Amino acid sequence: MAKLGTVAQKVRSKNAGPFWLTIDIFCGSSDVYTKIVDGLSTVQVARLFDAEPQLIKRFDIPELNVVKFSLPRPETQGAAADRDIHGASWAALLAETEIGI
Amino acid sequence: MVRVLIPSGALGLNYDQEALRRGIAAKPDIIAIDGGSTDSGPSYLGRGVSKYARSSTKIEWAGLMQARAEANCPLVIGTAGTCGTDSAVDWMLDITREIAAEQTHPVKIAVLRSSQQPAEIAAAFEENRVTPLPNAPDIDAGLINNCTNIVALAGAEQITEALNTGGDIIIAGRTTDTAIIAALPLQKGCHPGGAWHGAKIGECGALCATNPQSGVILIDFDAEGFTVTPLADGAHASPHTVSAHMLYENADPFILHEPGGYLDVTNAQYKSVDDTSVRVSGSMWVPSDQYSVKLEGARGAGFQTVIMALLRDNHYVANARAWADDIVEKCCAKARDRLKITSDDFAIEIRLMGQSASFGTLETNHITPAEIGAVGLVTAKSESLSHEIAKLLNPYMLHHPLTIEEEVPTFAFLFSPAEMPRGEIYEFALNHVLHLENPMDAFTLEVHDVG
Repeated sequence: MAKLGTVAQKVRSKNAGPFWLTIDIFCGSSDVYTKIVDGLSTVQVARLFDAEPQLIKRFDIPELNVVKFSLPRPETQGAAADRDIHGASWAALLAETEIGI
Repeated sequence: MVRVLIPSGALGLNYDQEALRRGIAAKPDIIAIDGGSTDSGPSYLGRGVSKYARSSTKIEWAGLMQARAEANCPLVIGTAGTCGTDSAVDWMLDITREIAAEQTHPVKIAVLRSSQQPAEIAAAFEENRVTPLPNAPDIDAGLINNCTNIVALAGAEQITEALNTGGDIIIAGRTTDTAIIAALPLQKGCHPGGAWHGAKIGECGALCATNPQSGVILIDFDAEGFTVTPLADGAHASPHTVSAHMLYENADPFILHEPGGYLDVTNAQYKSVDDTSVRVSGSMWVPSDQYSVKLEGARGAGFQTVIMALLRDNHYVANARAWADDIVEKCCAKARDRLKITSDDFAIEIRLMGQSASFGTLETNHITPAEIGAVGLVTAKSESLSHEIAKLLNPYMLHHPLTIEEEVPTFAFLFSPAEMPRGEIYEFALNHVLHLENPMDAFTLEVHDVG
C-alpha cells in the first residue's frame, strides 16, 4: 500500500462547470500508470467522495499516462454549503488515499 | 488558412507584451480573447458584474485595441465582464468608448447580447424547450423567475453574425469559451473538427504550452486541422502539453458539446512541427439535429454574515468540533427564542480551518494542529436578520466553555467589530439547454460607431 500522491507525479482537481468536479492523476510513466490503473478502483474513489459509483466518469488514458475522474460536485459551486469555489483542494483527498500497489 | 491571435486565457490576467508584438507582426485575421467564466462562482452572474479590476481591464483592453488597429483585423471578446450579462457588456462598452476617445481611432463596435428575460425562459420551460444537462438541479417556473440574471451561451453562429456587421470590435455577452476562436475559421471553410478543437486548445491562451503565464498564442486553422504556436520566450508546445490541455476543466477529455453539435477528439493526432509548434488533425465535429444553447442562471440565496475566532488553547483545539457543535445548537435555540423565527429563516454553521474546513465529514487526515480558525457563517432571509444572529453568535465564539464546570475561556477575535457582512449571496440555479429554431432567437446584435 502507498499513498496515491507519493506514487503519482501530480494530482489536481478543478471545476468542470458549476455542477461537476474533475480530478486528473498524472502518473508520470507507463509503469506508474499501470500500477495506479490496477490499484485504484472507481468504487474507492466513490467512497472517498460519498458519491454514487455509477455517476463517476473514469478515463484511463495511456497516451498521457493519466487517470481522470469526473463526478458530480459534492456541493454545487458557490452554494452556501460549498467549501471550495474552484474545486482546487479536493485533489488532496484523493492524493492522501492509500492504493494497493 | 485563418490565423487567430489569442493574447491570454482571460482579459484581466495580463499578457506578454513582446509576444503580442510578435503576434501582430504575424498578421492575424482576428484577435480573440475570453472575458469570463463561471469559475469564480455565482455572485458575479447573480449581480451582473465583473470579477476583474476596471483598471486592469482598461489597460489590457487598450493594448489590444491598439494591436487591433495595427493588425487591421477584428478584435473579439467573449463573455465580457466575467459573466456576460447585459450589465457587464455595458460596462465593457463604456470602457471601450473611453479608450476609443483616448486613442482617437474611430471604431465600429458590434455588441452581441446574451441576457435572457426570466419570464421568457420560464415560458420556454413550460413549453418543454428547456431541458436538463447531467446533474442539473430540479427547477420550475417559479425558480426560473427568481433568477436575478440568466444568460444563454452563444456559439459560433452568433459570433459570425456579429463579425458580418463589419465591426472592428465585437463585444459579446456570454459565449462558449471556444466560439469566439472557432467562428472565423468555420465561416472561412476550415475543417470544423479542427476549428473547434483548436479553439478548445487555445481558449486558455498559453496554458496548452510551457510558460503558461505568458498568455499569447497563435493558431493557424486550415482544411485539415490546426497548428498552435506559443509566442513568448521560453514557451514551447509539445504533443503532450497540447493533448493534456483537453483534460483541463473538462468533465470528458474527448467530447465537447457546443451549440449545434459536439467535438470528438478521440482520433486526433498530435505531432511536433518543431521545438515550439504542434500540428493537430483528425478531430471530428458531429452536428446535432436540434440547435440548443446552454443556459446559466443565478438567484439570491440569502444574506450572510461571517465571524471568526482563533482557538489556540490545547484543550479547545483538541475538542474543537464538540465546542462548535454545542455553540451551533445553543445559538440556534437562542435565535429562535429571542427573534421568534423558525429554522427555515436562518442557518448557522461553524467551519474549523486547520481541521476540516476543506472536506467536512469527508476529511480522512486527522491530526491535532497548533491552532484552529473557527469560521462562523450565518445565513438568513434578510440582511438585518443575518447581522442580528451574528451578534447573538458573537458571545459564544468569544467565551463558550466546553463544560459548565470550567473557567470561562476567551478566544482570539481577529477584528473589531468581529462580524463581517457579506451581503446577499447567490447560487447557480440552471444547468440546462434552451432549444432554438434559429440561433439568433435568444440573442440581439447592435452596432455603434465611436470616435
